[in-house]
Amino acid sequence: MEIKLTLNGERIVQDIEPDLLLIDFVRKNGCYSVKRGCDTSNCGLCTVLLNDKPVLSCSVLAMRANGAKVVTLEGLQEEAKPLATFIASQGAEQCGFCNPGFMMNTLALLKENPHPSDDDIKEFLAGNLCRCSGYEGQLRGIKNYLNYLEEKGNE
Amino acid sequence: MLSIRNYVRPQTIEEAYEYAKKPLSVVLGGMLWLKMQNRNVNFAIDLSDLHLDQIEEVDDEIHIGAMVTLRELETNEQLNHFTQGAIKESVRHIVGVQFRNLATIGGSIYGRFGFSDVLTLFMALDCEVEFYPTGRVSIKEFANMKFTKDILTKVIIKKVPTNVVYLSQRNISTDFPVLTCAVSCIDQHYTCIIGARPLHAVAFNGNSYFETGITEENIQNFTKCVLSELKLGSNSRASKEYRQKIAKVLIKRAFLQLKEDVYGN
Repeated sequence: MEIKLTLNGERIVQDIEPDLLLIDFVRKNGCYSVKRGCDTSNCGLCTVLLNDKPVLSCSVLAMRANGAKVVTLEGLQEEAKPLATFIASQGAEQCGFCNPGFMMNTLALLKENPHPSDDDIKEFLAGNLCRCSGYEGQLRGIKNYLNYLEEKGNE
Repeated sequence: MLSIRNYVRPQTIEEAYEYAKKPLSVVLGGMLWLKMQNRNVNFAIDLSDLHLDQIEEVDDEIHIGAMVTLRELETNEQLNHFTQGAIKESVRHIVGVQFRNLATIGGSIYGRFGFSDVLTLFMALDCEVEFYPTGRVSIKEFANMKFTKDILTKVIIKKVPTNVVYLSQRNISTDFPVLTCAVSCIDQHYTCIIGARPLHAVAFNGNSYFETGITEENIQNFTKCVLSELKLGSNSRASKEYRQKIAKVLIKRAFLQLKEDVYGN
């Protein structure tokens, strides 16, 4: 079947199988930040933005994204870099496997709610599992990133 | 593994129904549960082009299209104002935002899953579900119907004075519920729904118990009646006995909260 979509700003037209999942489509197109984790729609590792909304790419048929805009971490390098630095400075990346999903969902949260409370952050990121860190490091990193954005905005 | 031979996006509901009648066809909701199944599908029918992703007020009803996502239910101000936040409470524990951006109300209700938070709440709201081509049916009746090839198109809530409370118990955050409980007072009719038994949700009529209002004594008598009739089971999450104890607590808490909402104290 023919699929046409925009992946990280690039227009793509390809022939694909009807049951190809979006995670496999984006990885075939070089977006290796998108990880396959639980494969049961629970861990958030495979998060991508589909028409600006965070979704689990392991659970969407690629054909459902026909005509849509898909963004992976590769397409958000500029925004992701400072956030990644703050996460890393708290030792919250450890093995690093969950990080791309965490970053994608954090950036989605901040687009929806630029001034989240701790509870807002915890609730929005509840679908991103990390087996190393216990989540406190990520929370500190995100809060430091928010402070950085606020200071930058005040300059 | 889910294997799909043909993916189709009908442009009309009639076309979708023609596909649905074919052998080995399946209508896609959020496809989160479908994806977990070992299944060969001939036609996967995607309703995305049928404008079923709208929440609309039509006269004295609220129409929720089958493709409205659980996240849209969670963030919709009108629905949450109408239900005193119960809709948000019923979905916010379901996995994560990314999951809820995919899962649809149509898929959640059509499946009548034993673990469904959504079915429990919408049964308490006494809503109707609309099918193509057969039309409307009460959700409580639908919960016990056999699966057919009809396509669920809408969930309809009547805009009548409604108070509803939703509670659930989970072993850990974001997991399936061990038990769900929703109680409502709609036009002076009291209903209690218990779900995740782990069988699908069931309704109990509380009218005769709350004729004199929501009092501790009336709650106690009603709970006793519910527990004597409620069929519960065991699974890896909880035993039947544990569910029985949780049911008692959730029913009481839900009615006490309903009392506060109805009487303001």
